[in-house]
Amino acid sequence: MEQLFSLLDSTIRVATPLILAAMAGMFSERSGVVDIGLEGKMLIAAFASAAAAFTTGSPWIGMLAGIMASVSMAMVHAFVSVTYNGNQLISGMAINTIASGITPVLGLAWFQQGGNSPQLPDEARFHEITLPFADALRDVPVLGQVYSKLISGHSILVYLTVLIIPLVSWVVYKSRFGLRLRAVGENPHAADTAGVSVARVRYISLFWGGVLCGMAGTFLSVYQTGSFIKEMTAGKGFLALAALIFGKWRPVPAVIGCLLFAFADAVQIRLEGVAIPGIGQIPSQAISVIPYVLTVLLLAGFVGRAVAPKAIGVPFVKSR
Amino acid sequence: MTEFAIELIGISKRFGTVLANSDVSMKIARGSIHGIIGENGAGKSTLMSILYGYYQADSGDIKVNGQDVRIRNSQEAINLGIGMVHQHFMLVDTFTVLENIVLGAEGGLVLQQGMEQAREHLKQLNRDYSLEVDPDAVVGDLGVGLQQRVEILKALYRGADVLILDEPTAVLTPQEADHLFRILRALKEQGKTVILITHKLREVMDITDGVTVMRAGTVVGNVVTADVDKEKLADLMVGRKVTLKVDKAAAKPGAAVLDVRGLGLTDERGVKLLDKLDFQVRAGEIVGIAGVSGNGQSELLEVLAGMLEPTEGEIRYKGEDLAKTRSGLPKAAAWRRKGIAHVPEDRSREGLVKAFSTFENAILGYQGDKSLSRRGLFSRKALLARTREFISQFDIRPGNPLLRVGLLSGGNQQKVVLAREIHANPDLLLIGQPTRGVDIGAIEFIHKRLVQLRDQGKAILLVSVELDEILALSDRILVMAGGQITGEVSAEEADTVSLGLLMGGHKH
Repeated sequence: MEQLFSLLDSTIRVATPLILAAMAGMFSERSGVVDIGLEGKMLIAAFASAAAAFTTGSPWIGMLAGIMASVSMAMVHAFVSVTYNGNQLISGMAINTIASGITPVLGLAWFQQGGNSPQLPDEARFHEITLPFADALRDVPVLGQVYSKLISGHSILVYLTVLIIPLVSWVVYKSRFGLRLRAVGENPHAADTAGVSVARVRYISLFWGGVLCGMAGTFLSVYQTGSFIKEMTAGKGFLALAALIFGKWRPVPAVIGCLLFAFADAVQIRLEGVAIPGIGQIPSQAISVIPYVLTVLLLAGFVGRAVAPKAIGVPFVKSR
Repeated sequence: MTEFAIELIGISKRFGTVLANSDVSMKIARGSIHGIIGENGAGKSTLMSILYGYYQADSGDIKVNGQDVRIRNSQEAINLGIGMVHQHFMLVDTFTVLENIVLGAEGGLVLQQGMEQAREHLKQLNRDYSLEVDPDAVVGDLGVGLQQRVEILKALYRGADVLILDEPTAVLTPQEADHLFRILRALKEQGKTVILITHKLREVMDITDGVTVMRAGTVVGNVVTADVDKEKLADLMVGRKVTLKVDKAAAKPGAAVLDVRGLGLTDERGVKLLDKLDFQVRAGEIVGIAGVSGNGQSELLEVLAGMLEPTEGEIRYKGEDLAKTRSGLPKAAAWRRKGIAHVPEDRSREGLVKAFSTFENAILGYQGDKSLSRRGLFSRKALLARTREFISQFDIRPGNPLLRVGLLSGGNQQKVVLAREIHANPDLLLIGQPTRGVDIGAIEFIHKRLVQLRDQGKAILLVSVELDEILALSDRILVMAGGQITGEVSAEEADTVSLGLLMGGHKH
């Protein structure tokens, strides 16, 4: 039982930044703009938030800085791919390259710690929150335990993410903006002739994608590790993208994909060094490959054909 | 209020060196159906794009209901009560009819309320004009005829009083076209104004009250339909008498060149794209395949050209089973060497490389021809000489072999493809949509050329969605619907009514 709780607990922890990034990717890809720059935006946000939190001592100012850094990257992407009809893959790749290059350079210049940021003091980090009555209910079987051990005791960012999921879902399917978003990603010409500004919708989508990526990056540095570490995103942006495709660009299935990847990750950590009866100890290299194998398997056939938004990756050029 | 819904006064529009519209004026009476007719490139679409706010005129005025207006984008056109049904539908396939209709006019940040109001409004419109559209159907599942009605609904929902339709019948069966015309008449009765852009004389005669004839960017006539006849309109349109019929002698068919037996093609989802086709094409005859686009004709051409692998059946060419060809080449190339030439339906995707120059395009697929190279390298001289030969034989303009082929007009591009395919002296010519996007002058030329080939004893399989073309050229007509051949008609007994029924899937 303890084992299970701690497994699920770390699943939630790992899944949160993935979910935020996947929701970010959904906004931009649903609007028809390929977003392989999730990784870079997360990384640059992780750096900016850690640096700002360290300097000001406030995690919230840190998050604001992270969001601003991520949004500015997103706007570069929008400028290249919406305003100038550039190649979206190259623009995304450029964001990733810039992020992985500029963060250690600035880190070295500012903190002289090999490109990393110093460990954040306690007051500059996000902390676990103990929800009301969590302690009192600790001994109630099942429900009380679920509440106190699984639901309580996470960062505010986790709870925010939980609120963001239904919000995103509502926006995409039930709001005017969502209808326009989906239309622009499927057939921008139809949207255009109906009087919807394709460029405007894409800019707004990329903006919100930037905000969400900023939160994801902040989660990594200002909460999870308590400092910025070089290349700390380690492919999480691409994993989020994979989860998004796994979920066929729909919010809730994409979240499930993120949870699946996170669960695999948690299992992997747990299995390390554990001897399995009859087999013996599994080499850690073999275990750490689990999430990636899972990704390949899921994307390769498990989900069936993923039908992308039709206009994805295609610059919109007005025609008659 | 004047009696005119739309007045265009002295509209001119220039793109670079091309004068697309030059001093165009017309008045369109409220509550009428007005036709705008002209060849490709006559400036019809540009003019309507100006009216719908896609382009700004360089000079000239637009009046809507007598008021001077400036229309800077499509939203402003919509606000003035102008709606447009595009030739290529502007619909989101994954959306329902209702979602498509409210898009851009949702009425509030939250969808729900606006959608419910739209549903009510839609019911009303459906009733008034007998459109018969289900608001909850997914648009991608609907046929073209219904999709077109969704487009009409979209415009009406936005309060359009003036409806512009751009070549609306190009994709419809004759029956669907009739239904469309009933809808248009109903619109007229309710006091709406309809502008119909077309190049089909019959439609103009059937349904319009007034016609504007355009040629080369100018208006050559504003007439009342009742005062003119087809011949007169055709004369105005091209500025010379057009032979609506191709002069040709009776066919003298010889031995079967192409013999297709039980040919079938099933796609990965199990849909039968081609369903047990049996037919022959003999030397010295043109066999026309009629049908609304998307009923298997494209797949048939691709299978016969060796581009698609059939799932069953046999293709015999001059008595030999083509599937048994062994040459180490891709099928399309191997069959081409045997004398099967192919002018594909979509010349810009399959027939030409638009970024290449004319002379490079003139040898595509025949690059292995020994006479074109010396010591393993292309002889530029030989390539240019061959291209110049094509240019003079086919009157390709501009006659510069070095020009990028994408800069040529549709008709001249098609001539390049045709010249190339005929040059190798094939025994079987597969030709799809020979005159799509081709101006009338070139159509005439291409048609004559095809008949000439037939008279030389070539076998020709012609696929076209233009019934008039099929009727004018074919010696025998096969009709396809739903992947099957629904009937065969000889050229003499064919008429649009019987063909239309076969195209709609009614078997003989």
